[in-house]
Amino acid sequence: MRVKAQIAMVMNLDKCIGCHTCSVTCKNVWTNREGAEYMWWNDVETKPGVGYPKEWENQEKWRGGWKLGEDGKLELKAGGKLWKLANIFYNRDLPTIDDYYEPWTYDYETLTSAKPSAHQPVARPHSQISGEELDLKWGPNWEDDLAGAPESAPRDPNIREELEEQIRFEYERVFMMYVPRICEHCLNPSCVASCPSGAMYKREEDGIVLVDQEQCRGWRYCASGCPYKKVYFNWHTGKAEKCTFCYPRIEAGMPTICSETCVGRLRYIGLVLYDADAVEEAASVADEKELLDAQRSVFLDPGDPAVREQARFDGVPEDWIEAARRSPIYPLAIEWGIGLPLHPEYRTLPMVWYVPPLSPVMKLFEDPEDAADPDDVFPAIEEMRIPVKYLANILSAGDEEVIRDVLKRLVAMRGYMREKNLSGEADDKAAASVGMSPRQMERMFRLLAIAKYDERYVIPPAHREFAHELEAQQGTCGLEFAGGPGSCASAATDSGRNEAFYAQKEDLEREAERRGMQRPNVNFFRSKADFEAFHLKGKEAGA
Amino acid sequence: MSLLDNFLWVIWPYLAMASFVIGHVFRYRWDQFGWTSESSELLEKRMLVWGSILFHWGIILAFFGHVMGIIIPIQFYHAIGFKDPWYELLSLWAGTIAGAAALIGILIINIRRWFVRRLRTHTENMKFAIDALLLIVIAIGLIVTLGYRIWVGLLNMPGGAFFGQPEFDYRPTIGPWFRSLFSFAPDPNLMAPVPPVFKIHILFAFLLFFLWPYSHLVHVWSVPLGYLRRSYIQYRSSNPRLSLARDRMRREGKKPPKVERARRVE
Repeated sequence: MRVKAQIAMVMNLDKCIGCHTCSVTCKNVWTNREGAEYMWWNDVETKPGVGYPKEWENQEKWRGGWKLGEDGKLELKAGGKLWKLANIFYNRDLPTIDDYYEPWTYDYETLTSAKPSAHQPVARPHSQISGEELDLKWGPNWEDDLAGAPESAPRDPNIREELEEQIRFEYERVFMMYVPRICEHCLNPSCVASCPSGAMYKREEDGIVLVDQEQCRGWRYCASGCPYKKVYFNWHTGKAEKCTFCYPRIEAGMPTICSETCVGRLRYIGLVLYDADAVEEAASVADEKELLDAQRSVFLDPGDPAVREQARFDGVPEDWIEAARRSPIYPLAIEWGIGLPLHPEYRTLPMVWYVPPLSPVMKLFEDPEDAADPDDVFPAIEEMRIPVKYLANILSAGDEEVIRDVLKRLVAMRGYMREKNLSGEADDKAAASVGMSPRQMERMFRLLAIAKYDERYVIPPAHREFAHELEAQQGTCGLEFAGGPGSCASAATDSGRNEAFYAQKEDLEREAERRGMQRPNVNFFRSKADFEAFHLKGKEAGA
Repeated sequence: MSLLDNFLWVIWPYLAMASFVIGHVFRYRWDQFGWTSESSELLEKRMLVWGSILFHWGIILAFFGHVMGIIIPIQFYHAIGFKDPWYELLSLWAGTIAGAAALIGILIINIRRWFVRRLRTHTENMKFAIDALLLIVIAIGLIVTLGYRIWVGLLNMPGGAFFGQPEFDYRPTIGPWFRSLFSFAPDPNLMAPVPPVFKIHILFAFLLFFLWPYSHLVHVWSVPLGYLRRSYIQYRSSNPRLSLARDRMRREGKKPPKVERARRVE
């Protein structure tokens, strides 16, 4: 067992009103630059719909994520390492800008510089890439609130098999839901696995997936390898970019900007502890419908003293273990199981979880006589506007039972709390009927309905005690120094001595001596072997 | 040996090579962020599929052809008993195929760059220049092969003065001259019998080498062979020293020490 901490998010879709505040604040912070205009690290999709980029969920077309090979081993769906190198001159699976949309701006100047005339001057749209005038046919969030759905939504990849018969885009029967999407910061990220340059990585401390902008060489396999299409290629810089989970904020203990500004307060951020050695096995389960359980099985109960002990041995700081214990993610996604991963069948073990939305009940609407007991809402789950099968295709690899169980818990919680508020005495049977204790019911109610800022976001600040140590080493070690990789020049001169750094160094050495360990070498890499071990690290991890 | 000859076959190649080496060191040191293939596939991929694949495979084949003809001395072929007619046949057919593929590819790439508005708007001058230069060098290279080996050599047509007489062989002339640059004993006299079309090809090629480090051509050095060796999932630590120490202890079968307050001491 090897315990690692991972920062994760839960979004309660029941509360999403599709206001796009998350998308807008994200864009203002991260992607309002040339080459990034078309990127929405956070976007909110109206489902059913083809999404952004178009039909991103259709992996027959884009070949993102993982599949099981004939020998039962995990393989990249788009082809392995040799295949990628042999095809490096052209990536057939890469979407083009038209699959996202061609970014545009308006010719605002004509509004002020037009000469007096009989008609209002018009600001025409023109492309931010080619500069040409554009005839707008597609754009960001083009399908908002089912706009154009009769045309585009039938191409939603989640509408398949019997749903094709069932779902009609008629006004009376129509349904919709919002799915806000960011990078999933997967435990088994296929983008990282697809990167030929080794520029993408998971941060060891919190699992955030990042692109090293200096090491990226623009081969573009990450963009096509991600099944969620959440790695973007910047056409201006020639490098890949993606959601950073706002790591500068997270390190300071603050939630991501999309969460901070979420009007519906539907996002939760916290740590989960997981067993890094169990990831590969969990992602390799043969039956897609068992992937969800397998994914949950890699997580460790932060309340279990044995887990906490192991976490300490594996380098998780005490305050992080404590934060994991208070994490809203563990109860929502694992303990109560109402958070579900987006498309678990991609086998990436995504770390953004969704609580599926309840929706109006169709049958009651049409035929009130039918519902004999208004409290008996369980049968009505089948009659909800959003077909269970549709939710299942998005959130549980098609397993409808999972969706039903979650919806029942959500409905039971409402019944339980209504009873408690009206009669003053809760019905414990309502809780028991969905396999939960009254205490769990109330905790779930609190977290879903009235949780305050510091309950929704339990984010321990990063431990940066060593940051200045690294800073002192900047420019003193590296490939270029005589002696090759791993050789370091002496760090500081007498005049520019970093006293704090040396104090800490001595501190380190004393502590090492006390424990009977080798004195630590403050240089970044001790040897070429260390350098390689660092850069080829996953090898030992076996992930 | 005239001053011009000295310039063309000694000074100019060394200038280009100096720029090539120093430019690369400088760029690698100072501009990692700019070091990329500058792919434009996101903006246009229907033409790129043909242009890129033909060009890249053609140019790789052509590169190995140049290694065989220029870098490897003719004595080596004689020593292993590889007869001259065989070499000529190989150079004719492999050279023509590689050159034609590369030429068609770079032609498509140039057309695409000039006529697809999305690309043209944001293409920097250096990229136009490099693409055009590649087109010129490859076109002349193909003319060399076609003119010298087929037009004059096989069909006995006139033009030998420009394309080279059948009895001309670049392996005892251009080859030793090129190698003499690297032993720092350049011998421009070796270039005296070389026909003009070869000379033009070489001079433009050195212009390409001159500009190489300042262009997107640097991506050639980033062939990601390391990908074959590494594991799929990569982790990076904010404190790699500590992570390495832990891994080392793990490998040795020791239990790593606990973290007391934070990840302070290992």
